[in-house]
Amino acid sequence: MTLPVPTGLNGVPLRPLIEARGVTMRFGGVTAVAGVDFTLGEVELRCLIGPNGAGKSTFFKILTGQLKPTEGRIALRGTDITGAEPHAIARLGVGIKTQVPNVFNGLSVHENVFVAASRRKSLARTRAIVDETLTRLGLTGIARREVGQLAHGQRQWVEIATVLAQEPELILLDEPAAGMTHEEVHRTAALIREINRTHALIVVEHDMPFIRMIAKTVTVFNQGRILVEDEVDAVLADRRVRDVYLGKQAA
Amino acid sequence: MTPTVFRPSGAGLRSAAGFLATLALGLALLFGAPHTLDTFGLVQCTGFAALAMFGLSQGFVWGFAGVMSFGQAAFLGLGGYAYAVAVLNLGDSTLPVLCAIAVPMLFAALLGYFMFYGRISDAYIGVITLTVSVILFQLVNATSGSQYRIGAAELGGFNGIPAIPALNLPGHPGEPLDTDGIWYAAMGALILVYVVLRAVLASRFGRVVVAIRENETRAQLIGYDPRLYKLLAFTIAAGVAGLAGCLYANWGGFISPTVFGLPMSAQVIIYVLVGGLGTLVGPMLGAVLIQALIITAGSQSVLDSNLGLGLVLVGFVLLVPQGLVPVLRGLSWRLIERRAGKAAPGPLATETAR
Repeated sequence: MTLPVPTGLNGVPLRPLIEARGVTMRFGGVTAVAGVDFTLGEVELRCLIGPNGAGKSTFFKILTGQLKPTEGRIALRGTDITGAEPHAIARLGVGIKTQVPNVFNGLSVHENVFVAASRRKSLARTRAIVDETLTRLGLTGIARREVGQLAHGQRQWVEIATVLAQEPELILLDEPAAGMTHEEVHRTAALIREINRTHALIVVEHDMPFIRMIAKTVTVFNQGRILVEDEVDAVLADRRVRDVYLGKQAA
Repeated sequence: MTPTVFRPSGAGLRSAAGFLATLALGLALLFGAPHTLDTFGLVQCTGFAALAMFGLSQGFVWGFAGVMSFGQAAFLGLGGYAYAVAVLNLGDSTLPVLCAIAVPMLFAALLGYFMFYGRISDAYIGVITLTVSVILFQLVNATSGSQYRIGAAELGGFNGIPAIPALNLPGHPGEPLDTDGIWYAAMGALILVYVVLRAVLASRFGRVVVAIRENETRAQLIGYDPRLYKLLAFTIAAGVAGLAGCLYANWGGFISPTVFGLPMSAQVIIYVLVGGLGTLVGPMLGAVLIQALIITAGSQSVLDSNLGLGLVLVGFVLLVPQGLVPVLRGLSWRLIERRAGKAAPGPLATETAR
């Protein structure tokens, strides 16, 4: 399933990695996501921004199968994954770091990454991935510590490590810089840029300086809809984007 | 094990040492008990071994898979009855022992399929399993009369099935094992099941089972189907409980619907809580302690034995919530570390590693 992808160029790939058409999610009378059309190319990095309640996390949950959309279709490299089970979507190559860290609290850092790396792989391969991932994220020193006892920032890194260890094609990061120190934020940005050399990513974040560090294209969500989608500088200069962040209603 | 890649951690070493110590103690009991105990004592210990295996079953499914199966007696009873019915029909005990394991496993696979794939929440799994055990109790209780028979075996309703032939060596149905033989079978099986469960937990399957207990969402998001792993763990535990039921039937040579009863399901939960949730040794130890306590309480008349048992449970939940084994383990390691620190700081750890 390898396609000739124009990596490194800004050209549009032949087939999108992920494509959402008219995705709508209603909870009773509340419409959290309303008719979203979203396309992401191979090895593309996209940032999603928008005020709280704009539907970003809900959209992530739909992409990973944690929620089944009320309407609309989602395709991963042309395969329809609408309403598929989360584990099935994960096996197709979608990894997610959730907003509230989902880690195995009672297990060690090493065990967390091991479990993520070991699915359908030989023991030797698994160990190689675990060692590489722990080194890459600088977690080797705390590999034997129990994750539940780590600081919030470290737990975020452990979660990112588990996501990387499963070797996904598409990585979704929901607020990866939340609760991190200034230095950790910089390291996270560098890591995201590095991952993006080989992988597609969608990053939800509120931290504007962080967005500036990593983003090329930004999609802005507001009230369940896509408000604008453009280059990072154009988006951050956009009057409407400032307004929705300040709580004014977009015209 | 490649020592260059896998630096043995303190926890791993302790776990291995604990395993070897348990194994050594088990083997010492297995071969020592027939020489030191009289017949009555040995029979009593055989009963303890059967109930310790029942405790293992509950400890595995609840403590490691995180499945709140609170009707584990259903599988104990199914195992016991499956053995009794099969051995009365077949004579030779080899196949009946396998039946005692397979019947509860099949039943658990079916029940578990509907529970886990039907996305029943944890608390309701507790309710359903408990209810199923009560239904089985009522069902078997109502089988009085000669019309309720499976082949040569009359189920006997609330009177149960008496005179169940004991285990025999494969191929020698005419020569049932004596008390010593039954002890070796029961205690040997207990040690074997303990070793097998340790191996299961150390395997990748076991690691995923424990990971799902820790965070089901994360396990799903990295590609594991929690429903399947829970179903398999539930089914394995049912097989262990079934084997315990087989030993239980051998111990008394008799089985009645009380094996399905609520007190049975409740007792095994107490074994696990007292011994330590999340350990395998704890439930076995809890089973022996609680059963010894029940026997002692039964031979005195100062305090009602159920009241006494209740007080013990409340005391444990309030004072030692993590259970005996984790507390004792922590204490002994601290003691060993202190001694090792005084005598020889470095080499001891590497010595025990070998």
